[in-house]
Amino acid sequence: MTKKAALSASDVHLFYGQKEALKGITLDCYENEITALIGPSGCGKSTFLRTLNRMNDLIPGVTITGNVKVNEQNIYAPNTDTVELRKKVGMVFQQPNPFPFSIYENVVFGLRLAGIKDRAVLDQAVEKSLKAAAVWDDVKDKLNESALALSGGQQQRVCIARVLAVKPDIILMDEPTSALDPVSSAKIENMMMELKQDYTIVTVTHNMQQASRISDRTAFFLNGELIEVDKTKNIFLDPKNQQTEDYISGKFG
Amino acid sequence: MSKPKIIDKIATVIIYAMAGFIVLILAGLLFYILGQGLQYVNWHFLTSRAESFSAGGGIGIQLFNSIFLLVLSMIISIPIATGTAIYLSEYSSNGRVANFIRTAIEILSSLPSIVVGLFGFLIFVINFDIGFSILSGALTLTVFNLPLLIRSIEDSLNSISSSQREAGLALGLSKFETVTHVIIPEALPAIITGLILSAGRVFGEAAALIYTAGQSAPPVDFTNFNPMSITSPLNLMRPAETLAVHIWKVNSEGLIPDVVAVSAGASAVLILAVLIFNLLARFIGNRIYSKMTGDK
Repeated sequence: MTKKAALSASDVHLFYGQKEALKGITLDCYENEITALIGPSGCGKSTFLRTLNRMNDLIPGVTITGNVKVNEQNIYAPNTDTVELRKKVGMVFQQPNPFPFSIYENVVFGLRLAGIKDRAVLDQAVEKSLKAAAVWDDVKDKLNESALALSGGQQQRVCIARVLAVKPDIILMDEPTSALDPVSSAKIENMMMELKQDYTIVTVTHNMQQASRISDRTAFFLNGELIEVDKTKNIFLDPKNQQTEDYISGKFG
Repeated sequence: MSKPKIIDKIATVIIYAMAGFIVLILAGLLFYILGQGLQYVNWHFLTSRAESFSAGGGIGIQLFNSIFLLVLSMIISIPIATGTAIYLSEYSSNGRVANFIRTAIEILSSLPSIVVGLFGFLIFVINFDIGFSILSGALTLTVFNLPLLIRSIEDSLNSISSSQREAGLALGLSKFETVTHVIIPEALPAIITGLILSAGRVFGEAAALIYTAGQSAPPVDFTNFNPMSITSPLNLMRPAETLAVHIWKVNSEGLIPDVVAVSAGASAVLILAVLIFNLLARFIGNRIYSKMTGDK
């Protein structure tokens, strides 16, 4: 194995109050790969994804043990700056959630707050990010119009551009296409394949065809446990675990 | 016709009738007050001093006092209300402290304004020895206005979807940056609408001011801009009868022969001002929203 783990979780437990939602997850996600997290609803895959940029910290009553290393740094160490962490580990949500500002302002939002005022730098970042998110041709003539006026698929890609603009290393995607039509989904899938040249992507998906199409590795979650993780091909063609096989073949879920 | 259908028809008629009834009352009131009063409103009436014994007095000073008091109490209450509302909506985790504050706000908002006025009289006028003054009045109006203002700002903030907060935080914004750069800008149109509506309420308030800002309007010299001078309109320590208090005063103990004219005229001005506040609230709110979101 020559690839380097960009992200490495070991023995992560997560409790909502008394309820144990993640029961000791150990998982590595490699650089420039797409790792897909699959499993039935409530299996903990989204919860796990949100431990990777500490978004679960925002929910009252959550306790997390174990550690998650991003670039060899444990992000659950007491001295971690979550604000810095989330700049390195960006996140795309299930529902497109653009700010009700113009497309341009959405994309440069993070940069402006980081204090960048140079118009040329901002313009360049907008073009580069929107191109990388495969939405430049759709919106280049209406950058000053409201992002809310776009279609759902375009909004989602603008949201991805907004994440790309702050130059993360890792992008977490929480069912990024589940609210979109098939054409938009296909565009986002293609874009993800492009993006993995430069980024490490972890995506949660309900759609097993999608996982098999785009991911390099697939992790199967069930009831808060990581049942099996392997190269996507192996998971879909030759799963080691009976439960994985049952889920893949549609016996439950 | 089936039974549910008949009930549906009847209910629709009743609901429409009720709404129509309310509109009728409001329109009647508006037309009556404006119809009675507008004939007395002219430039002289709006700008000249009130008379104590003879006819022909105006409401100039009272009108200025109302506006000055409004601005002052807004300057005091907006920062406090915004801070409290941000705490309640964004920072408190709905624990005991937040519930205590909410209960306090609810109780405060149900106090009759005359009680708030007497409280202001005891605390600001007597205890702090500020006397009957614009300052006492503004502080009392703040007490009167805060609960509703906090409520309306908190509601505006709460109406912003939590996905926007997540989007901000996930982009690497701190909590405070998320509040100031995402939540507040998005809620601004609603916040401003709330502010202006509460300004209308404050503008028309009389009972809370009778014992705090006082019932007399000593002459002021509008060319005197020294706030320390007692005749300066900007002086915070001078007694300042407002328009609403003036209406109450001339009606209950006015000695002028043209009581009816003055109170009708003043009421018309008051109603017009409140009406303008409301229309302005809608206009500004919509404008800011469309400007911010970039759709023209």
